[in-house]
Amino acid sequence: MNFSEVFKLSGLLSKFSPDGKYLASCVQYRLAVREVSTLQILQLYTCLDQIQHIEWSADSLFILCAMYKRGLVQVWSLEQPDWHCKIDEGSAGLVASCWSPDGRHILNTTEFHLRITVWSLCTKSVSYIKYPKACQQGITFTRDGRYMALAERRDCKDYISVFVCSDWQLLRHFEADTQDLVGIEWAPNGCVLAVWDTCLEYKILLYSLDGRLLASYCAYEWSLGVKSVAWSPSSQFLAVGSYDGKVRILNHVTWKMITELAHPTTINNPKIIVYKEAEKNPKLGLGALPFAAPRAAARSLSTTETKYEVASMPVSLQTLKPVTDRANPRIGVGTMAFSPDNYFLATRNDNIPNAVWIWDVQKLRLFVVLEQLAPVRTFQWDPQQTRLAIGTGGGHVYLWSPAGCMSVQVPVEGDFHVLALCWHLSGDPLALLSKDHFCLCFLETQEGPA
Amino acid sequence: MSPSSLYSHHVLCSSIPLSKNVQSFFSAFCTEENIEQSISYLDQEQLESSRREMIGLQERDRQLQCKNRNLHQLLKNEKDEVQKLQNIIASRATQYNHDMKRKEREYNKLKERLHQLVMNKKDRKIAMDVLNYVGRADGKRGSWRTGKTEARNEDEMYKILLNDYEYRQKQILMENAELKKVLQQMKKEMISLLSPQKQKPRERADDSTTVLSDVEDDAGEVSRESVWDLSCAAVREQLTNSIRTQWRILKSHVEKLDNQVSKVHLDGFNEDDVISRQDHEQETEKLELEIQQCKEMIKTQQQLLQQQLTTASDDDTTSLLRDCYLLEEKERLKEEWSLFKEQKKNFERERRSFTEAAIRLGLERKAFEEERASWLKQQFLNMTTFDPQNSENVKLFSAFSGTDSDRDTLTVHSRPRQRQPHSVCRRSPVSTSKLTKSLPTSPASDFGQTRSCASEHSSSNALNITHEEAKPNQVGRECLSQSRSLVPRPGSQEGCYNGCPLTCTNSHVEEDNLL
Repeated sequence: MNFSEVFKLSGLLSKFSPDGKYLASCVQYRLAVREVSTLQILQLYTCLDQIQHIEWSADSLFILCAMYKRGLVQVWSLEQPDWHCKIDEGSAGLVASCWSPDGRHILNTTEFHLRITVWSLCTKSVSYIKYPKACQQGITFTRDGRYMALAERRDCKDYISVFVCSDWQLLRHFEADTQDLVGIEWAPNGCVLAVWDTCLEYKILLYSLDGRLLASYCAYEWSLGVKSVAWSPSSQFLAVGSYDGKVRILNHVTWKMITELAHPTTINNPKIIVYKEAEKNPKLGLGALPFAAPRAAARSLSTTETKYEVASMPVSLQTLKPVTDRANPRIGVGTMAFSPDNYFLATRNDNIPNAVWIWDVQKLRLFVVLEQLAPVRTFQWDPQQTRLAIGTGGGHVYLWSPAGCMSVQVPVEGDFHVLALCWHLSGDPLALLSKDHFCLCFLETQEGPA
Repeated sequence: MSPSSLYSHHVLCSSIPLSKNVQSFFSAFCTEENIEQSISYLDQEQLESSRREMIGLQERDRQLQCKNRNLHQLLKNEKDEVQKLQNIIASRATQYNHDMKRKEREYNKLKERLHQLVMNKKDRKIAMDVLNYVGRADGKRGSWRTGKTEARNEDEMYKILLNDYEYRQKQILMENAELKKVLQQMKKEMISLLSPQKQKPRERADDSTTVLSDVEDDAGEVSRESVWDLSCAAVREQLTNSIRTQWRILKSHVEKLDNQVSKVHLDGFNEDDVISRQDHEQETEKLELEIQQCKEMIKTQQQLLQQQLTTASDDDTTSLLRDCYLLEEKERLKEEWSLFKEQKKNFERERRSFTEAAIRLGLERKAFEEERASWLKQQFLNMTTFDPQNSENVKLFSAFSGTDSDRDTLTVHSRPRQRQPHSVCRRSPVSTSKLTKSLPTSPASDFGQTRSCASEHSSSNALNITHEEAKPNQVGRECLSQSRSLVPRPGSQEGCYNGCPLTCTNSHVEEDNLL
């Protein structure tokens, strides 16, 4: 395992190009494009204001930089460094900006979700989409980039529009049977659209590509409902995480629940492995080493070495008691991710914030639980193999695979808090992002001829 | 008996288990006359007790029913409360929704207004400023949006959907086929499991006949495998029904076996071919013990082997250990040694016999020579004028007195018989050396003397010389010397040279052969 040197970063904006050759990172208003293998800066672009969002086009030729405060989007070309493009939304303001799948159109969402403007880089045409819904996930593209589904709201009712991305033709427009739609997502096979309602109403609707309602699922009434939704990569399963701390898995044939995965606070099954993160060297009493006292006091968790230990049954996990009189309580399954090979599902129950639960999808039961010393902030699956990287905001990056797990300290002087992770499409390297810096972790060391 | 005694008995035995008391009581006081009386008394007793029982039970029943009613009431109350709460929640939700909608409408109005303002403001600094327009990702030109394109989009969408459905249907069909195969296999196996029952007559012949009939039916159906490929409802049902019946039969069979096993436990060893569980367990325990012992043995042997290979123990043992590796070789060596020794012995024996023979030979030779000498003397004394023979003898002599270098030519000329002494000499070098040790002379002197002998016809000299000539190292010479020694003595004439050497050589040869 090799760590690269540390580079400056702002806003956690660091992304690998879709073809895997380049890495774009921004520092304030500058955008640096580096080559992944050597980390040499190939291009350096300067934008007009602090960048809030960057995105690669699908063919890795262009990068868009969105500056929400100024309402500007600037597009840069890798092939022609002196090509420039600036889109100014003016007083309409800018709230979100993204590429279309063909890499030639930019969709800007104006302030207050007044409209979505579709700018074309090929022609002079501009399209407007009115009444987009202001929700968590209102736009979704199919994996093959053919269709776009957009959530809209008119007259206090939710609608869904399906557009053909090649010519922006409105293919279907139908009403969604939801109270207040919160998110939509295409299945990976592009034929089914999952639509879920606000947490006040547990409702998942499944629509076919041509707008027919295939199924509707509701687990219970009155309690807070759906918190997160994830499709399995093969489109066979739809995992629904809810505020009651359970994940319900629906199958694609009958759209009925096949199992409920609960997240108990005490685990007593010997078949489940529980890894607990523990410090390697327990802190010494300050009295024992007088000369080390000031350092020991300043030492934070990020600089101590940690390792994983297998905990013996029964294991009880650290639980948070949620504050009941506040909205959006920290309970329920808020993050879920299927592994790319469809074998595992990683989840996090928000009232057991230090633990990552890994479920075996073949057997539909709990496989491994990883308990960290700090709350888990992010986890991502390796796109190529069955490997999960976890970041807790401390100085370590954690890797789990069915063979075992390890805790690696980021060898950086000073503090490095891993706030976000980003895998390269080939599975190596792994980018670790902190507030002001980022570094790359090369997992397979290559022995070159020298 | 008197009624008073009856009464006292009656007081005593008032509780429920009356039968025994009644019997004893009955036997105590009942006589033929009293039967009806006693019966009526007993009936009254029973009636009373049962009546009391009934009252008690009724009371209990009433209490339980009361409790039940209370619980029901509580449950109903709870349910009502839950319903009420739900209704409250529902009404609040509708109220909230209504409020939300109202607010949303207001918000929409604001948005519209804002939108208008934004659009009208015309602060359209060039909204998009681009250096040059980029080509499309796929390199084609953009196309106009017409009805055709719309239709095409629709078609494509349906195509995608259809493909997906077809793919899924294929998957499901494959899964179905596999499951059907599995079911069929299960059915076949179940049938085969159950069919051996035909031979063994067990209880409940009725069940077995039903089994047989089912089996026969199913066996007939098995052949029609192609039927199963159809997926129509009738066929599906057939398969599942037949599986279900087979499974039922199998279950009953297994239950029967269980019952039998339990019976055997209770009754003892009824069947010969049924091994009791205890025996079976004992056997398995024994086998496990054996396995354990064998494993331990293997382990210890392995350890010992390891020790031998790695650790260095004290000298004796190490030497012993080292020796044992070469055991095989040692054995072989021993064998070869013994063989060698045997051979050596044989050689010794042979040698001894040779020496003895040579000694004998020498002795005989001596004797023979003495004889010859005497004979030659006689001859010599008898015959004195044989000249032609002399010249021949001279030739012979010269032949005999030849040098080493001339030996080859001489041998060519000489008679073949004379060669044999060469070979004789070689066979027994030891013996000749012994003989001739006492007679060392120089070669030069030999030649000179022989020549002189040859010219002077002085056989005595020659003889002397021959004796003296003999040397242990020069085998050839020895042979010559021997042959010369065989040359007739001074006493004998040249004439005898012809005959004697021949005879001598012959005799020598013969003797040699005797050896």
